[in-house]
Amino acid sequence: MIDTSFIGHVTTPYQVTVEKGRLRDFARATGQSDRVYLDEAAAQAAGYRNLLAPPTYLFSLDLDREDPFYFITLLKIDIAKVLHGEQAFTYGAPICAGDTITLVSEVTDIYAKKGGAMEFVHLKTSATNQLGEDAGSMTRTVIVRHPQ
Amino acid sequence: MSMPTFAEINVGDALTPLTTKEITRTTLALFAGASGDHNPIHIDIDFAKRAGMPDVFAHGMLNMAYLGRLLTGWVPQSALREFTTRFVAIAQVHAVITCTGKVVEKRDGNLVALEIEASDQNGEVKLAGTALIELP
Repeated sequence: MIDTSFIGHVTTPYQVTVEKGRLRDFARATGQSDRVYLDEAAAQAAGYRNLLAPPTYLFSLDLDREDPFYFITLLKIDIAKVLHGEQAFTYGAPICAGDTITLVSEVTDIYAKKGGAMEFVHLKTSATNQLGEDAGSMTRTVIVRHPQ
Repeated sequence: MSMPTFAEINVGDALTPLTTKEITRTTLALFAGASGDHNPIHIDIDFAKRAGMPDVFAHGMLNMAYLGRLLTGWVPQSALREFTTRFVAIAQVHAVITCTGKVVEKRDGNLVALEIEASDQNGEVKLAGTALIELP
């Protein structure tokens, strides 16, 4: 069982730079053809500082940590048993190539269902940009399977 | 992009569906690199089998990115306020995903709530969720 005393654990703030090449790779890997995600001039014409990070990209910024599965390490979970249950985003200032984003994550809940056959972890990550603006947040629900 | 206005949107309106290309092993490898999700369960069949799965399978976040394309194909991303999905089922290699959405509610503040889904070529729902969009 996951140690529930980690509920409320907050990570050290993590700073990440939004890379233009990664945004283009992400657009290509997801079949995106909208130019604001691929072409700097098109993004600027649409009012953005630079290439726009797509709606789910905050998840990728969080994975840019030295240990991308930091919470799995922290909570001593076997990665082979992990499933992604739910993912939610709320939006603030747009995130663009060249931005420096500061991320802070918190373990907001840990609980078991089905007599311990499945455990659930909720993580909330908040983002702030280099101008001090709220750049949105995300909440992830991780399911840990314990097949009987 | 011409953006719909709050006044012209009605509950029940459907977004133009988005059908993606087949998800191949190459898709998963490229998405792993681009998204930073290097979990081997999506790219290494040996690891997947040891974990008790018959094969690698698509990242849930790949399908969520496709749903994101559905939304930003309808309105500019700046109109998006909230975007939530449940990962209902695993999408297998070779899946062809179709994303659909419809307006389920109009709220104060020019907000429209959508229900969205990503299904495979057999009609099996992989992701189900909601989005909140602010229109002019």
